[in-house]
Amino acid sequence: MSDASAPVAHQHAAPTGLLRKYVFSLDHKMIGKQYYGLALVSVFLGMILSWLMRFHLVWTNAAIPGLRLLSKNGAPGGVMTPEYYLSLLTMHGTLMVFFVLTNAPFAGFGNYFLPIQIGAEDMAFPRFNMMSFWVTFVAFLVLIASFFIPDGPPISGWTAYAPLSAVGKDAGPGLAWGQNLWAISIGLFCVGQLLGSLNFIATTLDLRTKGMTLSRLPISTWAWFITSCIGLLAFAVLLPACVLLILDRVAGTSFFIPAGLVISDHLQPHSGGSPLLWQHLFWFFGHPEVYIAIVPAMGIVSHILMASMRKPLLSVKVVYVSMIAIGFLSYMVWGHHMFLSGMNPFSALVFSFPTLIITIPATIITMIWIGSIYGANLRFHTPALFSLGFVSVFVAGGVSGFFLAQPSLDIYLHGTYFVVGHFHMVMGVAAIFGILAGTYFWFPKMSGRMMNDTLGKIHFWLTFIGVYCIFMPFHFLGFAGNVRRYSTFVDDYLQPLLPLHKFISIAAFVTGAAQLIFLYNLIYSRFKGAPAPENPWEATSLEWSTTSPPPFDNFGGRHIVVNHGPNEYGVDGAHGDFIMQDSPEPEPAAGD
Amino acid sequence: MQLSKSCTATLTALTFAAIVTAAPGGGTVTGKVTYTGTPAKPKPIDMAKEPSCAKQYTTPLMTENVVTGSGNTLEYVVVYISAGAPDESSAPSTAVTFDQKGCHYTPHVLAFQVNQELKVTNSDQTSHNIHPLAKINREWNKSQPPGTPPISEKYDKPEFISVKCNIHPWMHGWFAVVKTSHYAVSDGSGEFKLPNLPPGKYTLTAWHESYGTQTQEVTISGNETKSANFVFTAKPY
Amino acid sequence: MGKLLAVVLLVIAIGSAIPILMHTWWMPEDISSHGYMIDKQMSETMAESGIAFVAAQLVLAGFVAMFGDKKNGRKATHLPGGAKAVVIAAIALVGTEVLALGVFGKDAWAEVYFKKAATDALPIQVQAEQFGFYFRYAGPDGKFGPLHPDKIDEGNQNFFGLDPANDVESRDDIIAASLVIPVNKPISLMMHAKDVGHSFYVRELRIQQDFVPGLDIPMHFTATKVGKYEIVCTQLCGLGHYNMRAYLEVKSQEDFDQWLKQQSQ
Ligand code: HEM
Ligand SMILES: [Cu+2]
Ligand SMILES: [Cu+2]
Ligand SMILES: [Cu+2]
Repeated sequence: MSDASAPVAHQHAAPTGLLRKYVFSLDHKMIGKQYYGLALVSVFLGMILSWLMRFHLVWTNAAIPGLRLLSKNGAPGGVMTPEYYLSLLTMHGTLMVFFVLTNAPFAGFGNYFLPIQIGAEDMAFPRFNMMSFWVTFVAFLVLIASFFIPDGPPISGWTAYAPLSAVGKDAGPGLAWGQNLWAISIGLFCVGQLLGSLNFIATTLDLRTKGMTLSRLPISTWAWFITSCIGLLAFAVLLPACVLLILDRVAGTSFFIPAGLVISDHLQPHSGGSPLLWQHLFWFFGHPEVYIAIVPAMGIVSHILMASMRKPLLSVKVVYVSMIAIGFLSYMVWGHHMFLSGMNPFSALVFSFPTLIITIPATIITMIWIGSIYGANLRFHTPALFSLGFVSVFVAGGVSGFFLAQPSLDIYLHGTYFVVGHFHMVMGVAAIFGILAGTYFWFPKMSGRMMNDTLGKIHFWLTFIGVYCIFMPFHFLGFAGNVRRYSTFVDDYLQPLLPLHKFISIAAFVTGAAQLIFLYNLIYSRFKGAPAPENPWEATSLEWSTTSPPPFDNFGGRHIVVNHGPNEYGVDGAHGDFIMQDSPEPEPAAGD
Repeated sequence: MQLSKSCTATLTALTFAAIVTAAPGGGTVTGKVTYTGTPAKPKPIDMAKEPSCAKQYTTPLMTENVVTGSGNTLEYVVVYISAGAPDESSAPSTAVTFDQKGCHYTPHVLAFQVNQELKVTNSDQTSHNIHPLAKINREWNKSQPPGTPPISEKYDKPEFISVKCNIHPWMHGWFAVVKTSHYAVSDGSGEFKLPNLPPGKYTLTAWHESYGTQTQEVTISGNETKSANFVFTAKPY
Repeated sequence: MGKLLAVVLLVIAIGSAIPILMHTWWMPEDISSHGYMIDKQMSETMAESGIAFVAAQLVLAGFVAMFGDKKNGRKATHLPGGAKAVVIAAIALVGTEVLALGVFGKDAWAEVYFKKAATDALPIQVQAEQFGFYFRYAGPDGKFGPLHPDKIDEGNQNFFGLDPANDVESRDDIIAASLVIPVNKPISLMMHAKDVGHSFYVRELRIQQDFVPGLDIPMHFTATKVGKYEIVCTQLCGLGHYNMRAYLEVKSQEDFDQWLKQQSQ
């Protein structure tokens, strides 16, 4: 373990051709940026879809200018049809969960920074790495293609519950080719993630530079490593599930379709399948997936918090153990999505228990973050603000988990906006805050230029307040029993809730518009930002020991030797209150 | 099969078409559709789930699978020339309209020609999805929110197409797509009339959604009016 | 900046708590015999989670206000007790909460799912389909006729696929578009899906249960208050999901008997 083999020589020389450099690049840094770029496109697309949804929910019969251009069938006269709402819902959820939350914090930042943080020149398998991105990119194109077929994207939600997703066109628009494209896209996505996860694991285990013991890995690398282990198992289950779904749809098998279903007056030619099988396979992936989104964000935020607080966390080891515990437990809780699905009711209690238990490591991590702030010297730059915001929304999303973890309360709350509020807070917003914190923090390294801090702060305040205005009221709607995935609210009991919906929609438009500030800042700073020094945040890990941006082989041929742990903040170092990992200076005296 | 037949008849078809348009007048077939036996009673439709529709009825709307009149007459029987007449090569330029009002299709059975424009309108305050379950033609399924423009569609092959709204499962109607301009749907007193038939020998087909089809031959010469009646056997269930 | 963040966190904590404390948007009044257990569980969970949420935000606010960078080289200090105290506190706090909620919470679940329906419960079959609910009562013979999926004919109001021509039991079965039940009488619902997955949700009854195609799922409850309520579908089932509903009419026993008599004519 201490052996930390010297990094293998770079398997490939710096490319000169444009195609090799920017497109089919083997360089982990370019691949990381490609993943990040794909996530950026997806997140804005997903956000625009959510605007259209929020608009339609409040002004149901109003025409949306331009929507007719996007879909003739989906918006006759510009008015969104119920099926088009569901198409947008499916695409919003799929884009956000797969192409944003998995791509950016894990594949994007992970690809760029994991090799640098361990002192390697590249990933273990650069060709696999390139392939994993391009497979993911094709998955994206296949998914987006569904917008351009006459029936539009599928209407079965990001969970694609069978038999709705399995029986084809009888069950509704978008369920013929739209659903095929979805299943193919997600299948490809799984392949990309499996390749990526293997690569991350091999790289972390094999390519650490001299002195980079496991305990000296920065916390973000730990998080990516743990996430790869979760992802390897999770995507390995979703992939066959997608294959079975495709077989049911095109080859006439009946894995998910029982006998005797009459859909639109058509007796389905299937028998013997079980809809619950899809739910088990999907959620066996689906629950770990939320940790695939959130664990890297936890790692990134911890990493940034230490650099902002100018002191280490109370105990990083406790955080590692908690993250591993979360990863492990995440495979035992999938049934909490199925309390009311007709499983044996005893199993609900069985799944409820680990679900409640998993809140313990999550609480420990949160309390470590908050507790570590005590006695800190917090620097409130933009990445720090987003990291602190992350802690706040993670708490908000976590406490609502207590409700949903209890089968007896799930009887009332399942299928309502409470769930929408819960997962947007704990998975959506929290992970997005992690991504934004990471972006403001690492942008100087990735581009060689600083982002504008004032614009960053404006962006933070609008976003932080905005997300609470959008997603907190979702919980209130849930308490009132407002069902989710409704394209219009026609039920009598929902009418008094419409003003609250209007408030949410307006908050969503404003918060969404605030993201344009971010986009502007990103693009402006890329070309016109102040040049970034090597180590603008006075941080310790190896990415700050090289130039901004790093050279092709990351350290310019230097052989990095690691002498220190990753969290030496608040110490008397040669250059300030910190010691870089590769600094030759001696270990400071223990204790304080 | 129908297709090859129509190919061989193309030449005569064109001639006949010319005659039909050139010389209205011609012969007429009229008749009455009746049944024997006991038909099922129409059942009341409970629209509780859609209050905006339910409140339009003081007495409940009844099912229309079998609609009878006094004297054992049958409504909504499509009577058309299935053989003998030329296939119409061009569809009329007027569109037919299928309206949704009070969560109910009017008319219950809409007959029109291959390639004729079909307009579906929504006069309700609620969304409907129009889902014609075509098996030979292309199947489609579209929602129509209130206040949106009519849906315009065409069918290019003859077929009896069951139409449903999934949002309101009781809503049910038929498209009778025929390839002749000589068709009629029997009215409330079971009567139908096919005017303007050039002289010739024809096969007349009557189609009822629950009781199937019947055919008979008629020969028309000159301007005569022939009568052709159909009698279906009703079933109680 | 730290002070500002602290104030915003404070406002968020208070702003979130007020509508909850005031029950501005809350569960409607319970009309079931078991619902009080769920309501009690809900209040307890709300109290514990609410306190946890507000406390966490307030501590976070306090710390960011107090420990901003003073630029004077102040030495970083550590929370008294360190990580050990934090871990012990977290395990103790969350552990007891988990145990309390888990152990006491199971009663409500057990009431709904482990108990069998009372023997005198009124059996009603409910079928979910795109996009509505239909209800079937056994009629005077007390027997439900068998279902034949190939006989389904919705235009003719045969939603269940009954074959009265051949099945004698089916002839007197009563089909309704609303769930009409007598008050204070146990109801035993047999849940059947015709096409895809759906769910049965009545907020006031504190009942929600999925329909799973291929499985017939039993469910039971007792309504304790006369009135008209909405039954809605909570499982995404296609384009008309938003409009998939029916009414639940809880009537006095006399009114119910009369309704039933009317229906079987
Ligand atoms: C711009 C901010 C966002 C807004 C305004 C927004 C809004 C919405 C709305 C209105 C729904 C539909 C709820 C329903 O009809 O049941 C929804 C669903 C969803 N959202 Fe978002 N969302 C946002 C960001 C995100 C993010 C960042 C994620 C990432 C996890 C996300 C993931 C999802 C998922 C997974 C669904 C469920 C889709 C389904 O039901 O199949 N959203 N969102
Ligand atoms: Cu889960
Ligand atoms: Cu309708
Ligand atoms: Cu449904």
